[in-house]
Amino acid sequence: MADPVSSTIAFESPVPRPSLVLNNRSMAWISDRIAGIVENRAPLLWWIGISITGSFAAFGVFCILYLLFTGVGVWGNNVPVGWAWDITNFVFWIGIGHAGTLISAILFLCRQKWRTAINRSSEAMTLFAVICAGIFPAIHLGRIWMVWFLAPIPVPNWIWPNFRSPLLWDVFAVSTYFTVSVLFWFLGLVPDLATMRDRARSKAGKFCYGLLALGWRGGNRQWRHYHMAYLILAGLSTPLVLSVHSTVSFDFATSLIPGWHTTIFPPYFVAGAIFGGFAMVLTLMLPARSLYKLHDVVTWNHIDVMCKIILLTGSIVGYAYTMELFVAFYGANPFERFAFINRYFGPYWLASWSMLTCNVLMPQLFWVRAFRRNLITVYFVCMCVNAGMWFERFVIIVISLHRDFLPSSWRMYYPTWVDVFTFIGSLGIFITLFLLFIRFLPMVAMSEVKSVLPEADPHYHPPPTSGTEPIEELRV
Amino acid sequence: MTAAAARRRPLAVVAEFPSAATLYQAAEQVRDKGYRFWDVHSPFPIHGMDKAMGLGKSPLGYIIFWGGFAGFLTAVLLEYIPSSFLYPLIVHGKPVGFFTVPAFVPIMFELTILFSAFTAFFGVFVMNRLPRLHHPIFDYEPFKRVTNDAFFVVIESVDPRFSETTTREFLEGIGGRDVTVLYAND
Repeated sequence: MADPVSSTIAFESPVPRPSLVLNNRSMAWISDRIAGIVENRAPLLWWIGISITGSFAAFGVFCILYLLFTGVGVWGNNVPVGWAWDITNFVFWIGIGHAGTLISAILFLCRQKWRTAINRSSEAMTLFAVICAGIFPAIHLGRIWMVWFLAPIPVPNWIWPNFRSPLLWDVFAVSTYFTVSVLFWFLGLVPDLATMRDRARSKAGKFCYGLLALGWRGGNRQWRHYHMAYLILAGLSTPLVLSVHSTVSFDFATSLIPGWHTTIFPPYFVAGAIFGGFAMVLTLMLPARSLYKLHDVVTWNHIDVMCKIILLTGSIVGYAYTMELFVAFYGANPFERFAFINRYFGPYWLASWSMLTCNVLMPQLFWVRAFRRNLITVYFVCMCVNAGMWFERFVIIVISLHRDFLPSSWRMYYPTWVDVFTFIGSLGIFITLFLLFIRFLPMVAMSEVKSVLPEADPHYHPPPTSGTEPIEELRV
Repeated sequence: MTAAAARRRPLAVVAEFPSAATLYQAAEQVRDKGYRFWDVHSPFPIHGMDKAMGLGKSPLGYIIFWGGFAGFLTAVLLEYIPSSFLYPLIVHGKPVGFFTVPAFVPIMFELTILFSAFTAFFGVFVMNRLPRLHHPIFDYEPFKRVTNDAFFVVIESVDPRFSETTTREFLEGIGGRDVTVLYAND
């Protein structure tokens, strides 16, 4: 390990970096503001929001029950479109989940300190998105009571799953991803739960937060192991997050359907997942930031860098679309070539062109600094990306399936009301869970934000207003 | 009264420090004084504090490695035994068992990560002797601020160099505020 004194001097930036928390806020201010969200009464908008999203969620649950009691025929799925909105929604939600782990793991390893303002809420968003994602593969089986067949437990009939099937890889990847995300999220929450415990006034608060904080005391002998565990979990989550969407893409890429059978899928899916996930982080964080007045914690610089990541990953996605087209025309496979002509000029052309406009064209606005620092344009582009990423999955799944090799088996797919409201219901479940999260748990990682304040540096000296200190004093 | 005072067994001396920088300097001095059973408490991990306290690297990494290895082995056995002996399934006319290793890799990878993550998560709490429902230091009311914006040095009475008077004076001497001796409630 480098000598702490020399490393501090070596990292001294010639240009002062913009501070991550504005207006020289103190540590106590951070605790008060963030814990206050949970401790104070919920604002009226929160109640309005949760009653709307809760109603959608309830109707979504009704649609799921209707499906389970009636059968998958209530959906528009048919032969050959055996996967439609169900798997579209699954890939959409699992993709959204990727931003949380990217922010908490990859940006942590890259020492991107700005992540501290948004990592907690995006990790929570990840969990809720994976919950929504998990619903669809389970209910699309039709006979949900058979869902345990996916697990390698041969209890009654000695039938084992096929471990060489991408669908089984998917079961392992998604369940591992969910479990590791929960562990990572909870580990990050423990010091903040201790803050909540020490601030709690009500008996119930003291009991619940006290229990969840597990007796955390903030001693450096604890932080030492904690920090190591956090670092290693970040290191483990980094390949994990890349593997999950790669595995999801294997569901398609290992099949023979034109439009699916391509090697570009894993990186293309991962870039798209991060792209869509960051758009969803901004979609949720911008209203929360305004509602709870977190402007000093989630600053314009934070929004600006997230917009840049959206621009980067959106351009990677645009490159992937172009490369798919190029390979379709450069390759000598007439079915592949037809699949792409049909994608952009077939009956579902509207979905494909919406996808291109929303995912490739709109994020290009973020080349302009003024658009990255304007709430309306940022929110508009994020909404475009949310819609565009859903269209992308619809395009890949439905358009590829509805016209495969034999024209005799071609068939159109139209969603039914159950399809539509199950998807809207999953949006409702997602936002309801997020609203409950910000009501009961600290939505910003307080201990991590405190650790990026200038005075958290053990070699920090207050600016020389009270007296002049010789520079040698820095040596401790 | 005197009997009660004599029964009061000191548990630790607590000193508050105003900032992360002063806590860091204090930790270096406590370390140099030769104390062993002590800790610094802060609202967030302080960069370089392990060195200031004279602590080495956390051994958690080695434990997690073995957790991950166990996960890898579990996946190998879980896939190999059913696919080769219990339920050899011929798909696409390909050979059964481990002749098709690449197709078994994703699950090996996932279980390695899963077991490592569980080891990391439970490891950090086992190493820290957590969870525990109570700790005597929680009886010291100002300590509640350690999760907000306060910094403390705590030297425990089990330390061989501990003495109610000299340890207290030492902490006052290095800039500790509100130096307090905590007693066991019996």
